[in-house]
Amino acid sequence: MLREDKRRELLDNFMRKHEYDESALLEILHKTQEIYGYLDNESLMYVAQSLNLPPSHVYGVATFYSFFKLKAAGEHVVTGCLGTACYVKGVEEIMQAVEREFNVKRGESTADGKLSLFVTRCIGACAMAPSVVIDGEVMGKATPELVINKLKLLLGGNKTETR
Amino acid sequence: MEGTRLKLGDLQKIAEHEVDFERAFKHRINVCCSSGCVPFGAFDVLKAFQEAVKEFGVEKECKVARTGCVGTCAVGPAVVIEPGDYLYQNVTPDKVRQIVRDHIVLGLPVKDMLYQNEAFFKKQHRLVLRNAGKIDPTRIQDYIAAGGYAAIVKCLATMTPQGVIYEVLGSGLRGRGGAGFPTGQKWSLVARSHSSPKYIVANLDEGDPGVFANRTLAEADPHAILEGMLIAAYAVGAEKGYIYIRAEYPLAIETLQKAIAQARAMSLLGENVLETSFKFDVELRFGAGAFVAGEETAILASVEGRRAMPRPRPPYPANSGLWGKPTLIQNVETLANIPLIVLNGGAWFSKIGTGKCTGTKCFSLTGKVNNPGIIEVPMGITLHEVVFDVGGGVADNRKFKAVLVGGPSGGCLPETLLELPIDYDSLTRVGAIMGSGGIVVIDDKSCMVDTAKFFTDFCIDESCGKCTPCRAGLAKIKEIFEGITRGEGNLEDLATLEKASIYIRDASLCGLGQTAPNPVITTLRYFKDEYVRHIVDKVCPADRCFKNVKEVNKQ
Amino acid sequence: MSNSTVTLKIDGVEITVPEGTMILKAATDNGIRIPTLCALEGLSNSGGCRLCLVEIAGSPKLFAACITPVSSGMVVTTNSERLKEYRKMTVQLLLSERTHVCSVCVANDHCELQSLANELGVDHVMFERKWTDYKIDSTHDFLVIDRNRCILCTRCIRVCDEIEGAHTLDLKMRGKDTQVIMDLDNNWGVSCSCTSCRKCAKVCPVGAIYVEEEPLARTKHKEIAEFLLARRRR
Ligand SMILES: Cc1cc2nc3c(=O)[nH]c(=O)nc-3n(C[C@H](O)[C@H](O)[C@H](O)COP(=O)(O)O)c2cc1C
Ligand code: FES
Repeated sequence: MLREDKRRELLDNFMRKHEYDESALLEILHKTQEIYGYLDNESLMYVAQSLNLPPSHVYGVATFYSFFKLKAAGEHVVTGCLGTACYVKGVEEIMQAVEREFNVKRGESTADGKLSLFVTRCIGACAMAPSVVIDGEVMGKATPELVINKLKLLLGGNKTETR
Repeated sequence: MEGTRLKLGDLQKIAEHEVDFERAFKHRINVCCSSGCVPFGAFDVLKAFQEAVKEFGVEKECKVARTGCVGTCAVGPAVVIEPGDYLYQNVTPDKVRQIVRDHIVLGLPVKDMLYQNEAFFKKQHRLVLRNAGKIDPTRIQDYIAAGGYAAIVKCLATMTPQGVIYEVLGSGLRGRGGAGFPTGQKWSLVARSHSSPKYIVANLDEGDPGVFANRTLAEADPHAILEGMLIAAYAVGAEKGYIYIRAEYPLAIETLQKAIAQARAMSLLGENVLETSFKFDVELRFGAGAFVAGEETAILASVEGRRAMPRPRPPYPANSGLWGKPTLIQNVETLANIPLIVLNGGAWFSKIGTGKCTGTKCFSLTGKVNNPGIIEVPMGITLHEVVFDVGGGVADNRKFKAVLVGGPSGGCLPETLLELPIDYDSLTRVGAIMGSGGIVVIDDKSCMVDTAKFFTDFCIDESCGKCTPCRAGLAKIKEIFEGITRGEGNLEDLATLEKASIYIRDASLCGLGQTAPNPVITTLRYFKDEYVRHIVDKVCPADRCFKNVKEVNKQ
Repeated sequence: MSNSTVTLKIDGVEITVPEGTMILKAATDNGIRIPTLCALEGLSNSGGCRLCLVEIAGSPKLFAACITPVSSGMVVTTNSERLKEYRKMTVQLLLSERTHVCSVCVANDHCELQSLANELGVDHVMFERKWTDYKIDSTHDFLVIDRNRCILCTRCIRVCDEIEGAHTLDLKMRGKDTQVIMDLDNNWGVSCSCTSCRKCAKVCPVGAIYVEEEPLARTKHKEIAEFLLARRRR
């Protein structure tokens, strides 16, 4: 993880590159999320002040788009695709299995913060449906067993409480 | 060559040079490195081929290239060896040596690794995806060698903007983003608008879940999109273009970024395009996970950095779009057709497809079908041909039940409508839409009530919340569905569902709400008996619903 | 724009208005009532509530009168059976979307949603009512927001931005989860931009934003936007 002043500098440079143009707000929020991992109130306020935008406007944009996260994600992230192709091919069963196995609800993280379960609508790997993304890697033709085994492997030594 | 500023006549030279260069190779090994194949190790396969051709000493006769998608995304990584278009499926690095040894060195294609479904390609007609799987999307020279950028040269050298619009009008091309508005007419409207500057927005939001044809295009042939934008800009007099692309498509973003940089370096984009007085530049704008942002007034709000809330039309974007200026919004597939129309003429294009609906359409064929993937078929082909010929029929030997055409706000069509020709008007007539080209095959293991509920759920999640019918109405529809699938429904619910659906369709502000009830309306029309069985007998024919109820009862 | 006028027919009455006038204004100025909720004279138009939908001959679509400009020869119908039914449906949806109980509401008898329901003859709600339980924010010195009663018409947001110029308010989230927020979704009491001008309470059509311990009849003053705008000097 970069030091705070380094991160700030990255963000400043990016905003300067976009000439503090308010129409680049989405790009700037993408960058902020890339740098900080998520969008907290402090960075939202910083962006609002830098671009001279009302804070409520920035907050409204950040919460409108589901790609932006306002909470820190867990150490490991599994995202199930709830797109049409994946749904028809049974991704719901996978989601429910993960929820049961790791005691986590979609959109949230486990109590120990080790695992987050998110949903997305189509990652474009529909021909390989059902697809699940685990820590940025796409798993196509996924099954509940495959996903759970992979997650158990990842969570490995530092165990999350399973039921 | 890259980085030198080109003049109008230079492209021909590049193309000839490339073709000569290509001729030196006896074989070309095309490894698909699209998003469909990359997660399954496409880049490792690419590397393995590069090493293997060296190992067997055939690197002088074999060109190993990274290419875009051939469409058979379910059996990736896919590799095509030319000449002969041998398509290898499920290639892994450990199979590569055998392929090079047998196919290249000994001249014996490895039969049991080849893709066997010739029918998949037989009824396809590839215009938009002309270069997909054939050229290296990261090399602008490949595109030029395949005849790319010749159309913009033709425009700049010999055609007036009106002349270009005339050809597009004559082609009969209609927008591929969903609504099917005649492209030439839209161009005339923007061209006639007096205010300046003018903008172009290329729509690559592709929010329909289960659809990835636009991504395939961007990853396989990014310059075709750029050339389409250039021609459109020349025709309507725009100076600046934005490509609005979903952030969920990192590889497509990277490919487009590279393409834009290359085009700028060769003065195909920028101040003086090809040393003429025409100027046009392109910038990428990233979406952030909002289906409604693909709607044409919402996309404007999003490009301006605001919440993607649609607004009523008029004013139409052609008159008042980005920052109140005339703006041409066009789907990327529409744009990729343009160079062909300029080169071959509108009359040529209008002969493909049907009289009222010309050209081809890319579809993402998914669900319970044997050959899922990206296909491009002429307009007017029947659903039956798509599902059973190109698609190879229903997977796992199950029975066909329905086909969902047009994404989450499309229609669920039953077997009796399979002979329907695919075009905008026929689909609309039966309650479906073209949408952005999603075809999902549903088999007898799926429940239509559950399916309709799923799509309603999707539209609820994606509704922007501005207008009452879509925001509050869809939520009420969902509550009724929940009642039915809990076993608490009654037959009056069906009347309420229908009434509310038609109200939402008629009263909503934008296309999202206006089409969101389609799955409900069509399933009520074509599969009513399933609803009745749920309500009266409390039975789900596919055994999907009542699950929670049963579990509760067990405890 | 030019001074040219346009002649059209609304509910059979021939009307002549300046070019660029919205159908709603053309109708209202000529004594034809079209129900509205989100529209407010003096503010930009949203077109979101869908109460003012009208039919225009020659198009199968419905148009929001507040935001559709007139054109020459247009034939507008404002009160067909279908439109009446759709308006009732809209009011029913608004009533059942969140917690609306007139008898305990500060806005009882001064509520635009309530009077619309009466005017349109909404005597029952065909949908199951939803009882939301959003926390009431009364951290401000005297302004209170109860989001359970909000109908998301966005009048407060527009008046705050366009007339007061503070842009304290905006929307967060989307779809059925949409909410009116202050700044970074902070409590109102700690807002860094609110000027406590009360305009939001003055224009709220329901009882979602109100002034503590002040009768609503006194707070409400929806002409304020038009009044201030008309006197604003460039
Ligand atoms: C809810 C909604 C989502 C849409 N999403 C897309 C999209 O992802 N891509 C697209 O090209 N068009 C989309 N459209 C259609 C656009 O509004 C617009 O018609 C299209 O981009 C125009 O380009 P075309 O004429 O080339 O089709 C969507 C429309 C609606 C109502
Ligand atoms: S529907 Fe899941 S990847 Fe497209």
